[in-house]
Amino acid sequence: MITLSHYIVLGAVLFCIAVAGLFINRKNVIVLLMSIELMLLAVNTNFVAFSRFLGDVSGQVFVFFILTVAAAEAAIGLAILVLLFRNRSTINIADIDSMKG
Amino acid sequence: MNPQLFQLICFYAFGFVTVASALAVITLRNTVHAVLALVLTFFSSACLWMLADAEFLALALIVVYVGAVMVLFLFVVMMLDIDQEKMREGFVRFLPVGLIVALVMLAEMLGLIGVRAMHAQLMGPNPASVAGVSNTAWLGHALYTQYLLPFEIAALILTVGVVAAVALTLRQRADARYESASQQVRVNPRDRIRIVKMAAERPAGDVPPAPQEPRP
Repeated sequence: MITLSHYIVLGAVLFCIAVAGLFINRKNVIVLLMSIELMLLAVNTNFVAFSRFLGDVSGQVFVFFILTVAAAEAAIGLAILVLLFRNRSTINIADIDSMKG
Repeated sequence: MNPQLFQLICFYAFGFVTVASALAVITLRNTVHAVLALVLTFFSSACLWMLADAEFLALALIVVYVGAVMVLFLFVVMMLDIDQEKMREGFVRFLPVGLIVALVMLAEMLGLIGVRAMHAQLMGPNPASVAGVSNTAWLGHALYTQYLLPFEIAALILTVGVVAAVALTLRQRADARYESASQQVRVNPRDRIRIVKMAAERPAGDVPPAPQEPRP
């Protein structure tokens, strides 16, 4: 019998994998963007599980909006990435330090 | 077989595929392979959502993510000429830090979940079928009544995203030869040809002028 904890544990594992991905792929912007997508997926899984558990539609509506915003974010992020590669010929994060932040 | 046991087996199978392909996303050397592993992650997550009776969102995840966003990722990865070896330089150096942070976070979260999971929390009946409608109708009803304004704002956000993506990547190339339609429409015939009045015949005995040198 699937319980709520099954889904929450899965979401936690996915989220931690995404955090590890952010740490160990410090060079490649594309893998960083993919790690962020993984994080959103983990959060969405939690929302779906809680929506089912509480019998409340709001969780699924929220997942719908997260999907929308994530799609827009991916499109703009990749556009920035293309622009960056065109101007700098690199997507290495270590080379993108002109603002010295 | 007991259907609930079958559901549990399916959950573990899909969950294992999800976690394994998520690990592949962050460890694979080739970025194209990583994108394909992410597609597998999304697909098996959609199966998991379907097990939780969120059919509409599961299909939306496949259509929106696997169909659109991941294809966009693949396009960009294949368009950029990336030096794969150079991208991996810091991998071993940052591996222990990433592992420690991720494992500590995981332990904390699992501890928090474990306290709550002492009393088994069964999922209960499917709320959509309790209401007597399909999942899509259940979700759509809430979306178009209670959440209409956020829905419109989401549409606005998508429009802004499209305009921003195009505006960022559009460029005017100096060496490109293109035709300006407005200039073509606005052109005046008097600017292009000059009508010269002259006699139709040359009087006899006139010496024709020497042929001109062809200009290079």
